[in-house]
Amino acid sequence: MGIIRTKDLVYEYVRRDEEGNVEGFTTAVDKVSLDVQAGEFIAILGHNGSGKSTLAKHINAILNPTEGTVWVDGMDTSKEEHVWDIRQRAGMVFQNPDNQIIGQVVEEDVGFGPENMGVPTREIWERVEESLKAVGMYEYRKHSPNKLSGGQKQRVSIAGVLAMHPKCIVLDEPTAMLDPKGRGEVVRAVRALNDVEGITVVLITHYMEEIIHADRVFVMDSGKIAMEGTPREIFSQVEKLQELRLDVPQVTLLAHELQKKGIRLPDGILTVEELADALAAGNEMH
Amino acid sequence: MLRDITLGQYYQTESVIHRLDPRVKLGGTLLYIISLFLFRNFLGYGAAAVFLAAVIGLSHVPFKFIVKGMKAIVFLLLITVVFNLFLTPGTELVSVWKLTITVEGLRTAVTMAVRLTMLIIGSSLMTLTTTPNNLTDGMERMMRPLKVFKVPVHEVAMIMSIALRFIPILLEETDKIMKAQIARGADFETGNIVKRAKALVPLLVPLFISAFRRANDLAMAMEARCYRGGEGRTKMKPLVYEKRDRLGYLCIFVYLAVGITVGRLRF
Repeated sequence: MGIIRTKDLVYEYVRRDEEGNVEGFTTAVDKVSLDVQAGEFIAILGHNGSGKSTLAKHINAILNPTEGTVWVDGMDTSKEEHVWDIRQRAGMVFQNPDNQIIGQVVEEDVGFGPENMGVPTREIWERVEESLKAVGMYEYRKHSPNKLSGGQKQRVSIAGVLAMHPKCIVLDEPTAMLDPKGRGEVVRAVRALNDVEGITVVLITHYMEEIIHADRVFVMDSGKIAMEGTPREIFSQVEKLQELRLDVPQVTLLAHELQKKGIRLPDGILTVEELADALAAGNEMH
Repeated sequence: MLRDITLGQYYQTESVIHRLDPRVKLGGTLLYIISLFLFRNFLGYGAAAVFLAAVIGLSHVPFKFIVKGMKAIVFLLLITVVFNLFLTPGTELVSVWKLTITVEGLRTAVTMAVRLTMLIIGSSLMTLTTTPNNLTDGMERMMRPLKVFKVPVHEVAMIMSIALRFIPILLEETDKIMKAQIARGADFETGNIVKRAKALVPLLVPLFISAFRRANDLAMAMEARCYRGGEGRTKMKPLVYEKRDRLGYLCIFVYLAVGITVGRLRF
C-alpha cells in the first residue's frame, strides 16, 4: 500500500444563496481512487475548478471526505486522533506565499512547524538550518519575509514544511502567483527534494512545463481523473489535453502539428532539444 | 515607500540594552514609571534623571532620535502644564487679568512636566531598543501567571505577532487599491472632512475583504503546520536569563532603593 491512497473519494459542498438557504450540492471531487508510492513525484494537472485543490486538501486532513476514504501512511484521515500525525507526515505548501508565512524573520517562520510539534529547542535550530540549506535560502535566514521575492518566499514556505520532517509534500499551485524566474526556482527546489531527499512530492499545477519531470501525471476534469500516465503518455494525446482546456507546451504542440503534416516524429515530445534531435535523426534517414 | 515603515520605532544598533532580555526591559520600565509617581521632592527626580541618562548612554541610541519621538506629545505636555499652572487653587504668586498663577500650581505644573517627559523618554527607550517580536515574547512570558485566570496569554501574543507581520503587507495592499481607485477616478485628496471620509469607503471595503481572505488562508496554513494553540509547544528562541539580565535587575532595584529613600524625604 502506497504512502497516499484514496478510495472512491467524493467531496461535496453545499451551495447557498445570499440568505443562506441551500441551493444544491456541488461535487468537487467525484469517485477518485489513486495510489501514490513512497518516493514518487506525482503531478496533478487540471484547469480552474477541476477539483485538484480540493483533492490536495484531503491529503493534509484539512478537508474530510463526504464519501470514500483517504489514507496517508496507512492512517485514515477522517479519524480525529490521526490528524496531527498526518499533518506532520504530509506537509502542505499553498498558493499565496504571503498568506502562509507566519514568522517575521525567515528562520522563525521555518521554526514554526517544529515548535508546534514540541521539538526541543536545539533540534529546532538544526532542522531550520538543514531545511533552509536544502532550498538554498540559508543566507537569507535573518531577513524579513516581506523583503523577499515571490520565488524566495515560496522556498521559505517549502523549508517550513521540510523542517517538520515530512514523508510527503503536497504543493497546491505553488507557482501560480510567481513570475517565470520564481517558478523556475520553486520547481528546481521541489525536484531537488524528490531526487536528493527522496521525499514524495504531489505537485498540483496548471503549468504543463512543470510536470515534465514527474514520474506520473493525473489530469483532473470536473472532479474526476480524466487521464493518467507518464508525462510522455499524457503529452502524446494533444487533442485530448486541448479538450480538457489545458495549454500544451509549445514544443509539444509544434511536434504534433508537424506529425499531422506527415513528418515522422515520436509521440509526446517534451523539450526543444528532443524535438531538434528527432528532426535531425529524421533528416539523416532520408 | 510604504513598506519601509517600521512599527514600534525600533532603532537598530548594537548595545547592552538591546541585548537585554525583554522581560528585564518591560519590568524595568514598569518599575521606573511607578517610581516617578512615588517621589515627593526634586532629589528623587534627580535620581531618575541620572538613571535615565545612564541607560540612554548605554543604549547607543542618539539623544536626538529620542527627542524626535517626543514631538508628537509636546502639545499634550503643554496643555497639562497650562491647566495645572492656572487652575490650581492656593497662594497667589502672580495675577494678570483673570489668570492667576499660584505657588502650588507652579509646583504641580513643573512636577507634571518633568514626570511626563521622563515617563515618555523611559518607555520609548524600551521600544527603541527592543524588536516588536522580542517584546511580544517577553509579554507572553510575563503574563503567563494570568493563565490561571483563563486569560488566553499565548493566543494574545500570537495575535500580536501576526498583526505585526501583516501590517506591511496590508499597507502595501492599501497602496495598490488606492492607486487602482485613483486610476478609475476616485478622489482622496480634495473636499472637506466628511467628503474625504466618504471617499475612503471604496478603499476600506476591498481592504477588509482581502484581510478576511488572508486570515482564512493563514489559519489554514497554520493548521497544516500542526498549530494547535500554546499547549505542548516548544520555543525556537526561548527566553533565558543571562548574567547581564540579572545585573540589569540589580541596577533597577538599586535605583529604586536609592530613588525612593531619597525621593520620599520631607524637608
